[in-house]
Amino acid sequence: MKYAVLIYGDESAWVGAPESTSGDLMTKHRTFMSSNSGAIIGGEALEPTSMATSIRDGDVTDGPYLETKEALGGFYLIEAADLDAAIAIAKQVPTYHGGVEVRPVWETGAM
Amino acid sequence: MSDGLARVQTAVAEAHRTEWSRVLAAVARQTGDLDLAEDCVEDAYVTALTKWVTDGIPANPAAWLTTTARRRAIDILRRNIAFRARAHLLVEPPTEDGPDMDDEFEIPDERLRLVFTCCHPALSRDSQMALTLRLICGLPTDDIARLFLVPIPTMAARLTRAKKKIAVAKIPYRVPDAAELPDRLTAALGVIYLLFTTGHTQPNGADLAEPELINTAFALARLLRVLMPDEHEVAGLLALMLLIDARRPTRVDAAGDLVLLEHQDRSRWDRAAIAEGAALIEPVFRSGRPGPYAIQAAIAATHATAPTWEETDWPQLLHLYDALATRWPSPVVELNRLGVVLMIAGPETALSELATLEQDQRLADYPYLPALKADLLRRLHRPDEAATAYRHALDLTANETERRFLARRLTALTQL
Repeated sequence: MKYAVLIYGDESAWVGAPESTSGDLMTKHRTFMSSNSGAIIGGEALEPTSMATSIRDGDVTDGPYLETKEALGGFYLIEAADLDAAIAIAKQVPTYHGGVEVRPVWETGAM
Repeated sequence: MSDGLARVQTAVAEAHRTEWSRVLAAVARQTGDLDLAEDCVEDAYVTALTKWVTDGIPANPAAWLTTTARRRAIDILRRNIAFRARAHLLVEPPTEDGPDMDDEFEIPDERLRLVFTCCHPALSRDSQMALTLRLICGLPTDDIARLFLVPIPTMAARLTRAKKKIAVAKIPYRVPDAAELPDRLTAALGVIYLLFTTGHTQPNGADLAEPELINTAFALARLLRVLMPDEHEVAGLLALMLLIDARRPTRVDAAGDLVLLEHQDRSRWDRAAIAEGAALIEPVFRSGRPGPYAIQAAIAATHATAPTWEETDWPQLLHLYDALATRWPSPVVELNRLGVVLMIAGPETALSELATLEQDQRLADYPYLPALKADLLRRLHRPDEAATAYRHALDLTANETERRFLARRLTALTQL
């Protein structure tokens, strides 16, 4: 069973944060990835929402699709036996001023 | 051999009342599909109404119902073209033979799995309560809707969504392992306690209590006590419910108006329930590690065993509230503690401590805060401020019995 672990955080928290912060966070992610390498299928960190472009009904606008204080900042795709196993992995995901959401991947069987 | 229709109907109703959750839990374990299991168990009960008339009432109705429901589930799974795709869901492969409709057949007790699945933290509290009533207590959707005062389609949709989430997100059908158990048990106990308190003070009802919900909560707590006899918090929860409920007949007067603990007729409290509750927590406290429910039960026991309001052991209560606040930091606990501070140190001290709690956003809509504040101001002979606080409490209170009490207090103030 596949789950997406969506990482949300407050982007404004990065303003004025010490320079070492992002390096520390990357180190924590590498540790998380190596200790869960059997479960992780993929994942990426995303550029901030100021880099985003949204398209709604063909109308192209600047910025994220949803204006929220805590924005999607990255994700992992993991394989887990059930929701409890997925939650156990998601709890280890390092975050900075934010949290994660666990979403089961829709198994269409077509892909 | 055949049995009369009336006898069969009685036997089926009895089997529904006593065996529903055990049968459902066993079938769900065997099929790995809760929704399917529920449909098939429902069908088995319907089949029993006719089958038992022609074949006789089986000696072991639960085993008959389990076997019948299980066979039907396997039939459906086999016929389902998606069977192969979902075969990985099966906890154990269904077999043609399996246990027979043998009277000797003991169905394994899988109800704990059912409890932990219904009370999984990935489901909303409302869904947890509704699922627990539907799947563990076997209550029809209509009844659950009535108990929660929501329209039937709303409740049906809530149950459907919850069951869909269990299947889609793959909420496991199992008892959590030792590492997760304390948190998950607390969540499950919270569902039972919420059912109990909802029954005890209907949020928007006309009457103060809804006995059916209270009885259901007791049945669940007693079931958990049988299934987890060594868990102290299970004993604590059952004790707390017994000790609070022992006072139920005296909480309202003949006219249906609220009577405060202070003025309740203690001779009418249920002594057997108080003794059972006190006996349940005694070994928990001797073990030296009472949890939040056991401590709350001890608070209720201190009130229940005091001969009069004046002779209540207030220092003991303050000690218990302090212990509770350490284990379970909550503004609601702090607020209740102030009721004891009032008795020991007087209204002035209680009011100054209340000022801190008023800053807590979590209590912004909590009616018992302005209600206590009003009472303190009333005792301090500050009627204008007390009236403002009573009006605020009235704005936040929906239960009719409680509203009448607050309104009476407000009227008494303005007549001074």
